[in-house]
Amino acid sequence: MAQIMFWEAVRRAHDEEMANDPMVICMGEDIGVAGGTYKATNGLYAKYGAERVIDTPISENGFTGLAVGASFLGVRPIVEIMSVNFAWLALDQLFNSAANVRYMSGGQLTAPVVVRSPGGTAHMLGAQHSARMEKVFMGIAGLRVVTPSNPRQAYGLLKSAVRCNDPVFINEHELMYNMKGEVPDNEYFMPLEGSEVAREGRDVTLFGYNISVHWCMAAADILSKQFGIEAEVIDLYSLAPLDRAGIRKSVSKTHRAIIVEEAEAPVGVGSEVMAIINEECFFELDAAPVRVSAENVPIPYNHTLEKAVIPDANDVVAAVRKMFGK
Amino acid sequence: MNAADKKRLLREMLFARRFEERCYEAYVERKIGGFLHLYPGEEACAFGVLEAARPGHDYVITGYRDHVHAIKCGADPKEVMAELFAKETGSSKGRGGSMHIFDVKHHFMGGYALVGGPFPLAAGMAKAIQLKGGDEIAICFLGDAANNQGTFHESLNMAALWKLPVLYVCENNLYGIGTRIDRSTAVVEQYKRVAAYNIPSAQEDGQDIEKVFKAAQKAVKHVRSGKGPYFLELMTYRYRGHSMSDSNAYRGKDEERMWSKRDPIIMLRDRLIESGDLTKAAYKTMDTEILDQIENDIIAFAESSPEPRVEELHKYVFAENDPWVKGAARGGDK
Repeated sequence: MAQIMFWEAVRRAHDEEMANDPMVICMGEDIGVAGGTYKATNGLYAKYGAERVIDTPISENGFTGLAVGASFLGVRPIVEIMSVNFAWLALDQLFNSAANVRYMSGGQLTAPVVVRSPGGTAHMLGAQHSARMEKVFMGIAGLRVVTPSNPRQAYGLLKSAVRCNDPVFINEHELMYNMKGEVPDNEYFMPLEGSEVAREGRDVTLFGYNISVHWCMAAADILSKQFGIEAEVIDLYSLAPLDRAGIRKSVSKTHRAIIVEEAEAPVGVGSEVMAIINEECFFELDAAPVRVSAENVPIPYNHTLEKAVIPDANDVVAAVRKMFGK
Repeated sequence: MNAADKKRLLREMLFARRFEERCYEAYVERKIGGFLHLYPGEEACAFGVLEAARPGHDYVITGYRDHVHAIKCGADPKEVMAELFAKETGSSKGRGGSMHIFDVKHHFMGGYALVGGPFPLAAGMAKAIQLKGGDEIAICFLGDAANNQGTFHESLNMAALWKLPVLYVCENNLYGIGTRIDRSTAVVEQYKRVAAYNIPSAQEDGQDIEKVFKAAQKAVKHVRSGKGPYFLELMTYRYRGHSMSDSNAYRGKDEERMWSKRDPIIMLRDRLIESGDLTKAAYKTMDTEILDQIENDIIAFAESSPEPRVEELHKYVFAENDPWVKGAARGGDK
């Protein structure tokens, strides 16, 4: 099992799926000749040509709609939108067309399109390049949303997303493309629904997804070493649908839950997971669930302010200590 | 186009007219709900263009004024009416409604309710045709007001850039909902706007089906020969309001009278009578047969069909039993 970077894992999934099926294409801004802003399609233009590795104009709604239309006829496009902030412009086609078409056609048409886009707050990119939009995508019926936290998931989820017959939005993270991790040498597919136990524990469950899984893992280490608290970390890699059974199972074991999200609290993953805990296993709880979320402000440019908006492992530790009165 | 073709087209257009008029009645009777956008007045556009193309083979997409396009592509009018009646036997199983008629087996790829939404979808279907190497083309029918959406410009740019086999047909009925075109649009003549993308275009009288057919033949030939997109503007008029909730108070009666004199069905009928290919009596019989068919066959089917079952509310949200969705991870290192 090789250690490769996140972008290499995404690139490998593209390459294998394009080699496997001539109807798989990829498209987006700067993904071809330039090799991709995050190198996720590096070298594919030379290998598969301009017909299948398409440098698009800067027309997010237009080229997303074009991908959706192509998918009606059996093409399997992988669309890269350079930043989720730009994906706002494509919401019309993604929601109105892709997510609805199977239902409103009575099952006659489907839009097996994959849209990948990095969200998250990177470094001093300001309010219009730092959005965390997963909360928007996960609220739309007919759209699957997954969000990998490591190279293995990035590879295995993209592979399955390309083959799945539903539209899938893959929420990546600008800061994670150079993260290294183990990826199987053999072909590997992850189910698009579910969650993973990233760390077993008995005292409290830390729910994370994408980058916040790493804050949870770091926090769990500190909690174990310094406070004798054994945290379980659940990686909610599928945001739509959320893994109700996985959430119930872990909370029924630890009886305490903290949800950690990079996004602002309102109408988010945290509020949704809390609602599921209430619905599924309220009487298992020994303490009220807690959210660790970003401050609800547009992301500031100044780095000190920027850091103050986004939670980190220390905030997770503080929330757990407060819950345990330690 | 010979006399037999013209007579067939007259019958098809008259059928479409009567079908839509019956929809109006059913709406008033509350058999049809939601929004209902009717096509009377514009029939020569859909029939003239699609007559020059290959309905059922070429991929057709449009906006919410979609019943007639679907029928010309091959959709069963009974299923279209059943859809309007919100029945399980409807073309979209009662899940879509008037604005979302689909008949994929006849390559009618749907009606869409967002103004301008189908522009990029049509370009995408054309991209798929290009990748697969087929001889189909994509045909997108939309109204003039859709051309003020960003999707118009984004799609035309990509279609021209990649020489996509797509025909954009602009049914210019002079109104975007209730706003007249010169009050919403800086360049009133729509065919001129696509010059910015080096897309060949033409403007034609949309009330005369023979002229539409001729212009569409040229357009279809261009697109099918691999030369890239084409834009055809057809000047037309809708007799009813934008939708059933539109009182139509924004237009003058003189204007409506002027257009009613250029009715596509009456014009073709009179021409056929003048040439001796049709008698008034034969036309009357044709009309009676159509009205009977609509009432006894189509409305009866829609009325008597079952509604969708609430137990199947969640069907069609996602693909059923998709192997990539649930279960354990597959593959990987041993």
